[in-house]
Amino acid sequence: MSGYDPATGRRPDRAAFIIAALLAGMGALLIWQGHAIPEKGGYAGIGSGDAPVFIGICLWLLAMGHVWKGLRHGGVGVPRQQPVPVLFITGGLAIQLILLHPLGFSIASGILFACTAGAFGKRNFAISLPVGIVFALAVYGVFDKLLKLNLPAGLPENLIFGG
Amino acid sequence: MTTFDFLLQGFATALHPMILLYALIGVTLGTAVGVLPGIGPALTVALLLPVTYGLDPAGSLIMFAGIYYGGMYGGSTTSILLNTPGESASIVTALEGNKMARAGRGGPALATAAIGSFVAGLLATLALAFLAPHIVKLALVFGPREYFALMMLAFVTVSAAFGDSTMKGLTSLFVGLALAVVGIDGLTGQARLSFGVPQLLDGIEVTTLAVAMFAVGEALFVAAQGAAGQEKVHAIKGSVAMTRADWSRSWKPWLRGTAIGFPIGAMPAGGADIASFLSYGTEKRMTKYPEEFGHGAIEGVAGPEAANNAAAAGTLVPLLTLGLPTTATAAIMLAGFQQFGLQPGPLLFATSPQLVWGLIASLLIANVMLLVLNLPLIRLWVKLLMIPRPWLYAGILLFATLGTIGLNPSPVELSMLLLFGVMGYLMRLFGYPIAPVVVGLILGPMAEQQLRRALSIAQGDWTTLVSTPLAAGLLIVAFLALVVPPVMRWRGKGAVLAQIAGDED
Repeated sequence: MSGYDPATGRRPDRAAFIIAALLAGMGALLIWQGHAIPEKGGYAGIGSGDAPVFIGICLWLLAMGHVWKGLRHGGVGVPRQQPVPVLFITGGLAIQLILLHPLGFSIASGILFACTAGAFGKRNFAISLPVGIVFALAVYGVFDKLLKLNLPAGLPENLIFGG
Repeated sequence: MTTFDFLLQGFATALHPMILLYALIGVTLGTAVGVLPGIGPALTVALLLPVTYGLDPAGSLIMFAGIYYGGMYGGSTTSILLNTPGESASIVTALEGNKMARAGRGGPALATAAIGSFVAGLLATLALAFLAPHIVKLALVFGPREYFALMMLAFVTVSAAFGDSTMKGLTSLFVGLALAVVGIDGLTGQARLSFGVPQLLDGIEVTTLAVAMFAVGEALFVAAQGAAGQEKVHAIKGSVAMTRADWSRSWKPWLRGTAIGFPIGAMPAGGADIASFLSYGTEKRMTKYPEEFGHGAIEGVAGPEAANNAAAAGTLVPLLTLGLPTTATAAIMLAGFQQFGLQPGPLLFATSPQLVWGLIASLLIANVMLLVLNLPLIRLWVKLLMIPRPWLYAGILLFATLGTIGLNPSPVELSMLLLFGVMGYLMRLFGYPIAPVVVGLILGPMAEQQLRRALSIAQGDWTTLVSTPLAAGLLIVAFLALVVPPVMRWRGKGAVLAQIAGDED
């Protein structure tokens, strides 16, 4: 990672506080859920609920560590991030997730392929989308038919490989 | 029967034409994916896991091992020619190797890496074969408390002992442990943190997590840095053949690298990246040409490359004999074993010796195949480096989701892929290591079960954990590994540790 922003050098580290909050939230969830489990320690003296509680407490300690560090050391600048490519990829994954069952593996994955290519600068979907779908169809052929993986089929898969 | 007999039997399995074919496919795929920039062995194995779903256990495990070894070979090509190490274990290789490539000596650099990997892989696999039966015998006296102590040691070495911050490593580890409690408790059948979602009862799949963190997280991270432009690939000029001087300067580093790498991999003492770093340090101290270091010294490629392959073979020792994964890659391999209902460990040597020894023999054969694949065909693999980034990452993501969909095509599983992918991106951004999450996820429930078993046997008496010298000793080592690095950092020696950091291997 290059290009640290010297301006953010000594301010309290905002990222550390957010991470601390997330850790504390996760820890609280674990402690709560661990306590919700009826205590059946048996011979061991510790039961199903104790591991979540222990891990939850450790997460709280780590959260406190982050707060302390954030106050003392100040943030280290993180290089500037481009939000658009991130949205392209997460969007592509979300679209694949939604369309996978209605439209089948190839179309859903083809869209993911085109979106990822878009994230890296290939925004010409007239090319990348067909390429993606054909590539995904080929992958479907190899993995579903040859390697016996069970992939959701849609119209193109049924037409070409007969379901 | 002696190890030698077992090994011969293993060869009888491994030389079966179908098994040879699986091994060949494995090493070819492993090399191809390993060469791709940004993909290390952990991701290679995770991405190619679905390829083996439909095969029989012996064939797929052998293919798997081929993928692992192939990924280790492939990584060196990337770091020499591209200066973006495909895996953290090759960072050191990039140091000298890329300088050699810039000076037009890319051919010999690749050759010494490949032959060094071969020598190390061969010796380390033989060491594995001769060491494994002894460890299996030792493991028979291991009780739950010894296993628990071993796992504590593995937790500490993978998260806290190296890297630039103990706290960050521990944070990653505990996030993994937190994810690990999701699902049904293996001892009582109690559902934990499943919130009534049936898909969560099975827990979080190691492969889903690994693919999400390594593939999706990496793609997001690279994409978010913007169009920094692709690193220049250094063409191989001239022959890949090594000169007499190259040979005479390489063979000692190969052997030293093997001697350093294998024990580090075999003990739960961290992964291949640490081995390669230590080997680099050793070569730098012992060389007769100190002025060349930093400008393309061949010893700096030969030693670390041998060390990281030897360490890779070394990690198979705890994995096969104790069922204990000590690196992210080994964790994913363990998931691969488990998908066939096989639990590596002393019992596996007793119940399916032909499988275990067939696997070990296949590793030796895979090594020979890799040497053949890597030296004469190196120009072919280099072509893979020319794939434009948009297509490369689009393909990686397609395969990443393929594994998850093939395993379980539910929206819940894909949502987890997306969620953990974003988490992997953020962790990369803020400098949290990834490997502890994966190791925590797979080792967490195992450690918990061993702890509860040990306590059950002792009727809840916690002193049982330190009641044998072995268990107590292991816990002390784990404690020291946790406490000493922060003290070293505090006293201003942090730079050394930070350099050994690696988020994957």
